[in-house]
Amino acid sequence: MHTVLGLAVAFLGTAGIYFYLGSMFLTLMQILIYVGAICIVLVFGIMVGYTPTEVADKTIKDWRNKFLAIFSATTAFLLLIACVLKTDWVPALAENRDFSITHLGEEFLYTYCLAFELISIVLLVAIIGSIILARGGREDEYKTIEHLRSAKGNYPNDDAQ
Amino acid sequence: MMMLSNNLNTYLILGVFLLVAGIYGLIQHKSFIGMLVSTELVLNGAGVNFMAFNRFLAPDPAVGQVITLFIMGIAAAEAAIVVSFILAVFRRYQSIDPNEVKELHG
Repeated sequence: MHTVLGLAVAFLGTAGIYFYLGSMFLTLMQILIYVGAICIVLVFGIMVGYTPTEVADKTIKDWRNKFLAIFSATTAFLLLIACVLKTDWVPALAENRDFSITHLGEEFLYTYCLAFELISIVLLVAIIGSIILARGGREDEYKTIEHLRSAKGNYPNDDAQ
Repeated sequence: MMMLSNNLNTYLILGVFLLVAGIYGLIQHKSFIGMLVSTELVLNGAGVNFMAFNRFLAPDPAVGQVITLFIMGIAAAEAAIVVSFILAVFRRYQSIDPNEVKELHG
């Protein structure tokens, strides 16, 4: 639960970075999509699948994992920082400095029209797929429950028939 | 302070930090939800990187914003898929520990 709260704070900070980089629209989208939608979905996932009892028993493996994580993360950090600082970035010649939403919408619907349609299809497929994934296995559950009940012999609707 | 906020390297380092925090969490966490949270951090680092290059280097400032919006859409789809996956896994294994889910383990 605290993980998701920290994630929401990190998303708000990223929204601040976008604001500094000159895009009000992306700031609003970041707050709306990430903080408003994805964090809610994550809280829902925690509600469904959180099992606090099984966390605390594997200490040795835990230490190995943590060491591996710290090692790889610091290595990647140092390498990438070295890359960033060694390269001298050459800016392209600026054709226009138009940060407005109008220009953004024109780009979306003219230049990137195919990608725009594709991402809407991807979202549709993802939603349908997640519904199917979340619904699957439910019939098995009903079957096992009915099996258990009939094995016990006290299935409540037997008397009615 | 003006120099710091008007410098490309600042934003690149912030993006690298988000990426590295995501990698750390991805290796260290012991539940699928923690790994999903870390993946979101990695995607956010990519978005910050795109926006930084867009602000300082690109000829057309709309391109980076378009790509960052695409990243947000992909992240939303990915979160929905992974949460339903967590639901299915929890229903079958009664746990969301990645070490428990190893039927295909060699």
